[in-house]
Amino acid sequence: MIHRIKNKRTMTKITSLADLRRKSEELKRRIDLREKSEHTENLIQVKVAMATCGIASGARETMDYLIEELDKRKIDAVVTQTGCMGYCYAEPTIEVKLPGQEPVVFGYVNTKKAKEIIEKYILNGELVDGIIPQNYQTINEKK
Amino acid sequence: MTPKYKMHVLVCGGTGCRASLSEQIAQNLRQEIEIRSLQDEIQVIMTGCFGFCEKGPIVKVMPDNTFYVQVKPEDAREIVEEHLVKGRKVMRLLYVDPETKEKVSDSKHMEFYQKQIRIALRNCGFINPENIDEYIAREGYQALGKVLTEMTPLQTIELIKKSGLRGRGGAGFPTGLKWEITSKVKADEKYVVCNADEGDPGAFMDRSVLEGDPHSVLEAMAICGYCTGASKGLIYIRAEYPLAIERLKIAIAQAREYGLLGENILGTGFSFDINLRYGAGAFVCGEETALIHSMEGNRGEPTIKPPFPSEHGYLGKPTTVNNVETLANVPAIILKGADWFASIGTEKSKGTKVFALAGKINNVGLIEVPMGVTLRDVIYDIGGGIKNGKKFKAVQTGGPSGGCLTEKHLDTPIDYENLVASGSMMGSGGMIVMDEDDCMVNVAKFYLEFTVDESCGKCAPCRIGNKRLHEILTRITEGKGTMEDLELLRNLGQVIKDTSLCGLGQSSPNPVLSTLDNFWDEYVEHVRDKKCRAGVCKSLMRYYINPENCVGCTACARACPVNAISGERKQPHTINQDVCIKCGACMEKCKFDAVYIN
Repeated sequence: MIHRIKNKRTMTKITSLADLRRKSEELKRRIDLREKSEHTENLIQVKVAMATCGIASGARETMDYLIEELDKRKIDAVVTQTGCMGYCYAEPTIEVKLPGQEPVVFGYVNTKKAKEIIEKYILNGELVDGIIPQNYQTINEKK
Repeated sequence: MTPKYKMHVLVCGGTGCRASLSEQIAQNLRQEIEIRSLQDEIQVIMTGCFGFCEKGPIVKVMPDNTFYVQVKPEDAREIVEEHLVKGRKVMRLLYVDPETKEKVSDSKHMEFYQKQIRIALRNCGFINPENIDEYIAREGYQALGKVLTEMTPLQTIELIKKSGLRGRGGAGFPTGLKWEITSKVKADEKYVVCNADEGDPGAFMDRSVLEGDPHSVLEAMAICGYCTGASKGLIYIRAEYPLAIERLKIAIAQAREYGLLGENILGTGFSFDINLRYGAGAFVCGEETALIHSMEGNRGEPTIKPPFPSEHGYLGKPTTVNNVETLANVPAIILKGADWFASIGTEKSKGTKVFALAGKINNVGLIEVPMGVTLRDVIYDIGGGIKNGKKFKAVQTGGPSGGCLTEKHLDTPIDYENLVASGSMMGSGGMIVMDEDDCMVNVAKFYLEFTVDESCGKCAPCRIGNKRLHEILTRITEGKGTMEDLELLRNLGQVIKDTSLCGLGQSSPNPVLSTLDNFWDEYVEHVRDKKCRAGVCKSLMRYYINPENCVGCTACARACPVNAISGERKQPHTINQDVCIKCGACMEKCKFDAVYIN
């Protein structure tokens, strides 16, 4: 229902193929999250720990910032939330997995730290301070 | 600017899942999300069919691709609270792999989807079919834009011809050729008709495409109109598809508002508009001449071809009639090229085919596979095998016009030619799987019952012949058949095939003929031994009590609704066969396995 009302307001005629292509580009934003989730293996995946401890420490702001910033910089990434990773002392924590690499967990990620992670690690592969060594295996990884 | 959502929750809005309250699920999800003020972060979208109807209603959470099955409206709160807020998947709603018994959280790892290639269903279960913007975001209407601005009608027809696309409605006529014929006829008005009169029992491919991605069909009709010189399109859809009709209406209205249908589309001077025509659900109206007569307001009866509708169709004007799934392939072919499409499939059958899997199979649902996969792949890998670990017996393809394929056909690659060579046909894509509990004589009788019911009665072979076939089959299932009857079935079937007016009559004996070929033993058993090995034909069944097992507890005698069981207490009982109505109540009640069927 909501869509139909929204459409009513903005529906202007599309008058040429170029116009249609422009519109398509614009609208892609709305569904790119779905497109990307179909092929996550080639994308940068960021998981934000969003359990009570994380949220209390500001994980929500961190997540919002990451989504917006990655989108603004046109970096192909999916940001998902996950449960508590167990590093409650270092919240907010995020896990970043670059394609073909092992995931890396960062602790104390506020928006400032998030910016640094994007600029250094995600864009250039340089490691930054605050990495938490992974000390567990999940049941999925056990062979 | 619209908010950038963090998560998309897709809820299946196909007819199957809606019948299991998926609308209520979506509403509850929205409500729970609003209670937590997350409506700007999480979007709930009703999509078309995901294809995994067996385990519906389906809810898919993106970006982590979590695939929840058999969700109930009351699960909404837990999904929102646990998964959407805290990021913990709701384990009990995940799909469990029937073989490994492991929970599959990511739909990419489901065997059901791994062997599929989705072209006609590319947007089904991915976009909101009631929102044209989502279709446009998936390059919707760009194929139309491309042909209108960059290609001539002739070039477009060549491209479709080169792609090897063939009609998906049954006969497999090359689509490009069909368009070419209409394009060459000179006339003041021409029509494009979309045949959405899907009538095979157990088939729901076209309905799902229209429900899940209506714009792809509209776009293709406009492309066809440009190629053939038509400016009017009609969709002939059965009135018993209310949801598909509703979504088509919304889609047409939205396309008109954007100017993608109507006058001067995309400023190119090309005009095309589409209207709906409703059918009353007669099977014969899927035949193109009958369909056209029905649209004209006349009786839905076929007429002799030629003249073909391509030359002399709706209101006497040249008319291209294409099936829904055929059309849904067209925009993808134009955007990705003929070579891409032709690279999928077999030598003579290109691309993919959508099948509706039904019957005794674990994963009932909608699938799209490349031409040339084997029945084994479809039934065992995608379909998950036969229900309850029973033995595979046959698969019926092509509906009432098709035939039954058996174990020996399991490794035959599926394409138009191979299916015909095996005594069946592609048909529109219904696939009904049967196991050892199905009686093939009875199956043939079921399909014939359908054709007898649906025959329009215009020509004698179909009207009278099928009735006689049905009578013979009934006789056989009642244990009154003779060996001569079997010969008669074969001869009469052949005559009906050769002499009927339209496709309905010409193919109606197929289920009988193919079961005669593949299950001759079973027919003979019915006739000579008066035995139905599947235990389906009631008249041939006899319930007996094994005196060695019977302790004379009288439980069966008390359960029998017609007092057919007699015997002294603590003495073996017996069943009076003349009175027994074969309801099976005694067998159910007996605790000592004393009751058995011959």
